[in-house]
This record gives sequence, C-alpha cells and structure tokens, in this order.
Amino acid sequence: MRKACLEAVAELADQDDRVVFIGSDISNRNIEGFYTRHPDRFFMEGVSEQHLIGMMTGLALSGKIPYLNTIATFATRRCFEQLVIDAGLHKQPIRIIGSGGGGVYAPLGPTHIAMDDIAIMRTIPNMSIIAPSDAEEMKQLMPQTLNMPGPLYIRLAKGGDPVLYRNEEHECVLTKAIKLRHGTDVVLIGTGITSKLALEAAEDLEQQGISCSVLHYHTLKPFDVDGLIAELNTVKAVLTIEEHSCIGGLGSIVAEAISSANLDRLIKFIKLAMPDELLDNYGSQHFLMQRNGITKTNIIKQILLLLKEHG
Amino acid sequence: MESKKNSLHDPTKNLHYRKQILEVLRATKRGHIGPALSIVDIVSTLYDHVLQYDANNPTWSERDRFILSKGHGCLALYVVLAAKGFFAEDELWRVSDENAMLGGHPEYGLTPGIEASTGSLGHGLSIGVGMALAARMDKKKYRTYVLLGDGECNEGAIWEAALSAAQHKLSNLIVLVDSNKMQCNTFTAEILNMEPLSAKWQSFGFVVKEVDGHSKTELLDAIGSIPEANDKPTVVICHTIKGKGVPEAENNPAWHHKSRLKDEDIEQLLASMEV
Repeated sequence: MRKACLEAVAELADQDDRVVFIGSDISNRNIEGFYTRHPDRFFMEGVSEQHLIGMMTGLALSGKIPYLNTIATFATRRCFEQLVIDAGLHKQPIRIIGSGGGGVYAPLGPTHIAMDDIAIMRTIPNMSIIAPSDAEEMKQLMPQTLNMPGPLYIRLAKGGDPVLYRNEEHECVLTKAIKLRHGTDVVLIGTGITSKLALEAAEDLEQQGISCSVLHYHTLKPFDVDGLIAELNTVKAVLTIEEHSCIGGLGSIVAEAISSANLDRLIKFIKLAMPDELLDNYGSQHFLMQRNGITKTNIIKQILLLLKEHG
Repeated sequence: MESKKNSLHDPTKNLHYRKQILEVLRATKRGHIGPALSIVDIVSTLYDHVLQYDANNPTWSERDRFILSKGHGCLALYVVLAAKGFFAEDELWRVSDENAMLGGHPEYGLTPGIEASTGSLGHGLSIGVGMALAARMDKKKYRTYVLLGDGECNEGAIWEAALSAAQHKLSNLIVLVDSNKMQCNTFTAEILNMEPLSAKWQSFGFVVKEVDGHSKTELLDAIGSIPEANDKPTVVICHTIKGKGVPEAENNPAWHHKSRLKDEDIEQLLASMEV
C-alpha cells in the first residue's frame, strides 16, 4: 500500500509542478521514482516533525502541494500543535502520509503503534482523513487527493492487504462511503482493512439467515453521514469494527452521526475497537487484532448474541 | 508600492506608532504593550525601507514575506500596516472586538498583510523556511523575513527550523531576533538563559549580525549587507528594550500584558513619551 501511495505521489508530480515530496529521515524504498524524476522537488529532511509541518505550510502558502511520509505516530502525536495551527488554521493543502496506521508496528511497541491517529487528526478543523483498504483502492484515491482543499491525513495499512473490491464493482470517490453489500437486518461498518472482515462476516451471517449491509468508509472525515443514515431504515443493529482505539475512531464517528440524526426509533449499536490502553503486548498486528476481538469471528459472535437477546 | 528607495526620515513617526499602541490599549483595554513597543523600530524600518510590497495588493506574488513569529507583539505590526494603507486606521480601535479584523494575535486570511497566523510561539520560522524554499524552487527574488522573540527562542521548534534553514542554505531567509532580554515573567537570564545567543545561531549555521534594534541606521546597515554568504541564512540579533519609549514600561516585567489602566494613567504615560 505504501508503494502504491508513494508511486502515485510521483505520478502526481509528473502531472503537476506544485507537488513536492518530503520525507522525515525515512527509507528510500518506494520513493526512488520521485527522486529520480523530480530531484528538485524531493526533500529528505531530518527527524523534526514539528518543523516539517510548519515548513510544508510555508511551501503550501507559496503555491506548493507537499506530501510528507513518516511513521504515523510521529506524524500525528509529535507535531500536534503544528497540525492544528499551521495546517488547520491556515487551511493549506498539505498531505501527511502516516506509515503503519493501527497495529502494523506491534513488534516495536507503544511508541510506534498508532491506535489514536484517527482520533487525534479528526479533532483538527479543516483536516480530512482517509484510510484506504488496500493498494488498489489507494491507487483510485490518490489522484483525487491532489486538489482536495485543506490538509489531509492518509493512513497507510501494512501492505499486501487483501483487495476489498474490484474497481468495476464500485466507484471509489473521495468522501463517499462504498456500499459493499445490501442487507436488511444489520449494518456492518468498517474502515481501512477492517471492511474486509465485515464483508466476510456478512457472507457467513447470510448463511445463518441474517441479512447484513456492509459499508466501507475509506474517508473518515468529512464523514458521509447520508450514506450511513440511508442504511438505517430497516435494520435492528449497527456494528462498527476498526483497528483503532475505542475512543475517537470509526465507532465514535458513527455513534455521533446516529445521535445527531434524530432517528424515530432505537437501533442497537456495537463498537468493536481496541481498548483505551497503550498496547505493550508486542507480537504481530494480527496478534493484536485477534487478542482484542477485531476479527470476523467476533463480528459474527456479537451479532448472533445481540439478535438472540433482542430478537 | 513601497520600496527600498523610500527615504522618508521622520523621527516623530515611531513616537506616533508608540502612542497609537497606547491608544489601542485605551480603546480596547487589551494588548501586549511591552512586547510591541520593543519592535516598533524594527517593524517600521522594514516597512519604510526594506520590504517590497503593495498595500493595495497584499498577495502580490513578488512581495517580500514578513512573518511576526512573536505574534503577541502584533500591535506594532498593526499600527504600521494601518499607516501603510493595508486597512483603515479605525480598525485599530476595535482590536479583539466581536468580529474584528484585527485580533490579539495576527491571523492569516483575516487581516490584509498578515502572512501567517502566529500567537503560539515557535511556529513562524518553520513557515518562513517553507516560503524561502519555495522562492528558490520558483526562482523568485523575494526574501522572507521572520521576527522572533528572544523568549520565543526557548522553543525547540525554532532550533529544528534553524538547522533546516542552514541545511538548505537559505540565503534568502532573514531572521530578526527581538532581543529585549525579557519574557513573560521576568528576565530571560532568570527563566531560561539563552546566552550566548549569537554563538548559538552561529553554530547552527547562520551569518550573525548584532545591532541596536532601535537604530534605523544600524538596522539598515546590517540588512543592506545581506546576504554576506550566498550559502547561509542570516540572523540579525536586535538588542532592544522591552517597553521602549514609555519610561514606566521600559524593562518592567509587569508590562508584558498589562492592560488594566485608567484613562488618566494612559494620559500620563502619553505625556511622559518623547522622541
């Protein structure tokens, strides 16, 4: 996914002189294309995230569209005030590509695990957030990021992630949720790699006579509220699943959207997310997700339990 | 368009600016007076003799960029921008009022002539580095000037930006430090000693100049010689007096953001001011 993203940045630079690449002392892997074709717009900078967000804002105020890549935790936590005041307040088109969103860096421990990046970034006015599901979707979305107004956070998954849908099946448009499947009993909602889990769970639940809609949110901010509300007419329950803290991520966004929608009936709501903890269990991304119930099996279990209890 | 050819020399002008700053205080009961008074001569000199700009077209692409990184000194910038015609002088008497054009710190997009929103310290230099880098990429001749406070130099982000400016050999970037030797609470030497400040900037890769920040002649001599090296950014350490021009406020920590004054107190302060 990182490869698809960075190659797309190089292609944007081929088409548009305003595009600049900035790395924060990262590996050159996957960015050779940009460097080779546009060395005058390629800057490998030091380990100085606070400065880089400000510098990118200065570049953007001078007509450039800078794309930054570094590890997600450093690009969100370390430079939070610069993201708010430099990027958000000035409403400039800077793009922050966060490597290792979620538990990708589980083996490296809590300093590198990004379970709070969406929560952090979505509090910033004017900041947009995308979390594509796989490299193919990334290829669809990246060209659309060029002229998006204001700053944008791009959450990268591990790479080699299973493809969620074929391009001919669904049109991928920034800010619009993708309805992967139609159902009448339950809506399952995912973002990034968890939409695949939701889709697989829906297929299994169908076998058990439970009809599930599945919504995939590649764009978390601005959030496609209409795409959600349109699905709530008949269903008994909504379930969200995310590779992110239970505070401030997809589940929070969906809960806020539902609570603001003035629905005329109650709908059960289940949020599957990571605990409010700095995770120090190491292991793999897969291990962290299994350990915390971010699995297809847990979706099925929770839905069956809920429908059994509440009919 | 104002240009370096402007040879206006009026010793009463900066006194007028300083009196206007007190008038803003009288009208609004707000403002960082001491930090504004220390930079009046720097800002006035820049807008009279150094910066290329067009007040009728504040976003003119070839303009020099000026960022007041110590945003709390904004009253000095506001009185100069008003005098230069960026906005009506009446706006000064509404600073921080509801829906005002001018706020307690400078806002990009809200106030004509403001290049960057500042107020939280340590942001302006990085933005300036980006602007200077863009100028070089685009082969533009404009320069970027960033005015820092010496207390602001406590912020680590300033030194990240300084390293980057030197790494990129940004000879089109000029940093001015308002070295009034004080910060919010008291003297910088007592809070977080930044000395030797010149040696710090030099070791970070800058050409360093030191001037009396209240002397137009010294400021112009120093800025006129820039760039001395075409592969280094320049810093001008401007030695100033916090509260300069208002005897009671000079070097007085109580005047960082003193604002509760009666009209008659302000009359007395105005009367105490001399050219």
